[in-house]
Amino acid sequence: MTEAVGSTSLVRLENVNKHFGALHVLKDIDLDIARGEVVVAIGPSGAGKSTLCRVINRLETIDSGTITFDGQSLAVEGRALARLRSEVGMVFQSFNLFAHKTILENVTLGPIKVRKIARPEAEKRGMELLERVGIASQAQKYPAQLSGGQQQRVAIARALAMDPKMILFDEPTSALDPEMVQEVLDVMISLARDGMTMLVVTHEMGFARRAANRVVFMADGAVVEQNTPDEFFTNPGTDRARDFLSKILTH
Amino acid sequence: MGGGALGALIEEFPVILGAFWLTIRLTLASAVVALVLGTVLAAMRVSPFGVLRGAATVYVNTLRNTPLTLVIVFCGLGLGLVLDVSFSESLSTNYLWLSIIGLSAYTAAFVCEAIRSGINTVPVGQAEAARALGLTFTQNLRFVVLPQAFRAIIAPLGSLLIALTKNTTVAAAIGVAEASLTMKSLFEQHQDSVVAIFFGFALAFLVLTLPTGLLFGRLARWLKVAR
Repeated sequence: MTEAVGSTSLVRLENVNKHFGALHVLKDIDLDIARGEVVVAIGPSGAGKSTLCRVINRLETIDSGTITFDGQSLAVEGRALARLRSEVGMVFQSFNLFAHKTILENVTLGPIKVRKIARPEAEKRGMELLERVGIASQAQKYPAQLSGGQQQRVAIARALAMDPKMILFDEPTSALDPEMVQEVLDVMISLARDGMTMLVVTHEMGFARRAANRVVFMADGAVVEQNTPDEFFTNPGTDRARDFLSKILTH
Repeated sequence: MGGGALGALIEEFPVILGAFWLTIRLTLASAVVALVLGTVLAAMRVSPFGVLRGAATVYVNTLRNTPLTLVIVFCGLGLGLVLDVSFSESLSTNYLWLSIIGLSAYTAAFVCEAIRSGINTVPVGQAEAARALGLTFTQNLRFVVLPQAFRAIIAPLGSLLIALTKNTTVAAAIGVAEASLTMKSLFEQHQDSVVAIFFGFALAFLVLTLPTGLLFGRLARWLKVAR
């Protein structure tokens, strides 16, 4: 199993706790993600998977514990935090493409404003990325003119445009019509093959089996077990995981 | 005085035109300043800094709940006479600027609230996506949130512009010779034609405000963000 070791660790969460009011959403989370590793977080809803995703680029604050990214402790605010975020891509369940900007502008906004890359260069790179996710012909359209699957692929291109060290996927296919799920998963699988470090919150067991190095099973805010996909799906080590798998695999 | 009821209007047409030209300038200048100030205030009200939020809230609540006449009189007498704020050698130009300060300070409070309601129409995911890309708070507002917020509030901003156009008449309180003060002096000169003069002025205001409303309604539809 690909356990992260020392120097290769890109993200390290130690003893991370997070509450939403009285709800303890993350309980003493310890998690290492190595460079190039693809980690899938699964578990029943309310397990804290999305929050786990969101604390890594500090869209949510944590109450205690430490998170280090690329050897540096997570900045609390300001420019250092903005820089960290620019190095961690994020793909949302609801795509969140900028509604007032064209597809190409969505992909070039970050490079131009954050990375200060010249527009022509950013557009050239943007078109390459749109080509890669198969949306190049829609570059001048607006997000609302695209299907959900297309929008999500643009969102992935937008994240890639920042040359991130890692991409977080927060239930990237949950809001999609069933026939559009595969086109997004295909892009994600190809990213994983290319060695992108990924944390993916998903219920897509097919993706986990095909692309993940490790499955992290969460329940009630805690990491209950983690293992290789094969091991986890065929031979879960905890009752909680067995129970969860029996519910999602039997129908 | 001859020429019937319309005679006075025709006779004084250049004067009326001049007065409305002043009304238009007063409106446009105040609108620009109010838009800029209102945007800054709105940015302060959503900023992560408590002090800025507090200051903007106090400003908006004070100005929004003070009668405009009070604000204008304060600008004219308080700023102009007592504190000796001066923009020009010419007294009338000075009062014109002081009334622009009053009108824009007052209108900015409403612009701020309109923008804030516009910001509330922008789904939170938009700002989150921008933050996730590494945009700073200011960049986020400037490139993602405010452009969408403005498109959502074009029609209300049009209403504010119409209200501002009519509110410029309060500048008469400190002697700015815009439309209402001019109407008052024409009443004195043409006492037999006050009704005609009134309708003339009212019509002229309609000519200013009706197209504004139509234009902003159009703009609002054109610029609407599809979601």
